[in-house]
Amino acid sequence: MNASLRPDLAIIAANVAPQSRVLDIGTGNGDLMDVLEREKHCDARGMELDPAKVERCVARGLSVVQGDANRDLVNYPDKAFDYTILSQTLQTSVRPDRTLDELLRVGTRTFVSFPNFAHWRTRTALLFGGRMPVTRALPSNWYETENIHHVTIEDFCDLVEDRRARIERAWFLADERRIAALGANWRAEYAVYELSR
Amino acid sequence: MPNSSPIFPLPEDLPLDSGQILSNAQIAYETYGSLAPDKSNAVLICHALTGDQYVASTHPVTGKPGWWERMVGPGKPIDTDRFFVICANVIGSCLGSSGPASLAADGAPYAMRFPVITVRDMVRALVALLDGLEIARLHGVVGGSMGGMQALSLAANWPERAERVLVIASTARHSAQNIAFHEVGRQAIMADPAWSGGDYYGIETAPDNGLAVARMAAHITYLSEAGLTEKFGRRLQNREEKSFGFDADFQVESYLRYQGSGFTQRFDANSYLYITRAMDYFDLAEEHGGTLADAFAETSARFCLVSFDTDWLYPTAESRHIVHALNAAGAKVSFVELSAPHGHDSFLLEHRQLDRVVQGFLE
Repeated sequence: MNASLRPDLAIIAANVAPQSRVLDIGTGNGDLMDVLEREKHCDARGMELDPAKVERCVARGLSVVQGDANRDLVNYPDKAFDYTILSQTLQTSVRPDRTLDELLRVGTRTFVSFPNFAHWRTRTALLFGGRMPVTRALPSNWYETENIHHVTIEDFCDLVEDRRARIERAWFLADERRIAALGANWRAEYAVYELSR
Repeated sequence: MPNSSPIFPLPEDLPLDSGQILSNAQIAYETYGSLAPDKSNAVLICHALTGDQYVASTHPVTGKPGWWERMVGPGKPIDTDRFFVICANVIGSCLGSSGPASLAADGAPYAMRFPVITVRDMVRALVALLDGLEIARLHGVVGGSMGGMQALSLAANWPERAERVLVIASTARHSAQNIAFHEVGRQAIMADPAWSGGDYYGIETAPDNGLAVARMAAHITYLSEAGLTEKFGRRLQNREEKSFGFDADFQVESYLRYQGSGFTQRFDANSYLYITRAMDYFDLAEEHGGTLADAFAETSARFCLVSFDTDWLYPTAESRHIVHALNAAGAKVSFVELSAPHGHDSFLLEHRQLDRVVQGFLE
């Protein structure tokens, strides 16, 4: 596992097959792409909304396109990539169901990671605080958060089934460590799924 | 026009897209830095409509610094300590390469007998120059505006010649609006009585008035409304009140007149006709069966496209259109829209983000 990466990205990086073609959506500063290119010898491409981040990626020698997953994925051919990756972005998309469809269309396999809204800290914050939870995994107030479609692990599994996709593998994280699948919808702060269709 | 650059005489006839042939053509070019023994460090910079080979050296007519000196030079983003930079005057132009002012076989200037050329013809001549310099594969090709069209044309038609293709503020086709503005410029030149059907060489009067108007109209398209407002607003030029006449009352008028007349000192009106025509004919998809992605089917190059948010001449949508085609072709592509206040001309002006993108991409 790559210690320099955020834990969900480290899981994805460890499970992408070497030398595969990868589209990383929401590239950020390009940390995952960089690891995939250097350590896994992947042919990695990125899509990122923020021009300042795109500029940093290009300056690092990465192939990143400024674009919006809500709008620009349609321009990629079917199965153009071995993997599509959407890390901690699904809950920010306008229509997560459509975004998921596009990810599954463009990639043979799809990695999705997201913060689990049903984590016990979120539940207790809402139950006892009576206000939209502000937690370590969800640090912004309701009015300024980019997370417009909060999702739980159970919701996500339902969506995957509804979109007739298959869960290949799943990983769960709490306190930046992997935890067992048992009771994940209570115990996991983040989930990482590998899907196919 | 005087020219101090080395001249490369094309060893063979140049076949043109029109079906005609240009014989005894020559290319004037400048180089900067030194070519590595394995010839792996060559970067070709392609110039824009009214640009020239003096990308980083003093212009022989105006005495002004090179048009991209802030980008090209020792320690600059296109670092001439590392790269062997080549910039050549395109055919059709007037700074030493074959164009309408050149002498035809009969010893008289071609004038309008010069064949109509295309962007691909310009690039064909550049490829001949690269052959002459024995550079089989460029580290990169870089161009803004029409220079970007040449870079795209090189990547599409000679896909093995460049490892990196950097296209700034450009397009894969001229739009109706682009053609319309160019037509205004051409009509301004041809409406000038001094144009004389193009046969004005060797006599006192050239169609400077028409060429100046063409430049004025074009210059507006290179700027943004916000940029013009910021720079000039409605301020008056050297006067307190309106003159109730047709002098250049407004600063913006004075500026455009200055730009127009300055341009005539360094550019040939017939070259302006030919090069604008070449740009108007440019449609990379059309050259490749109507599908832009097919233009890039053979490419293994890495691409980087840059647009500016205030550029309404070649707006971001045009760059995105190219990016989508490159995606469909499976090419390695980066794209960023940079924010800049100055419209199309932003690519020539100070822009730290652009510097970092250019430097990083050529790394």
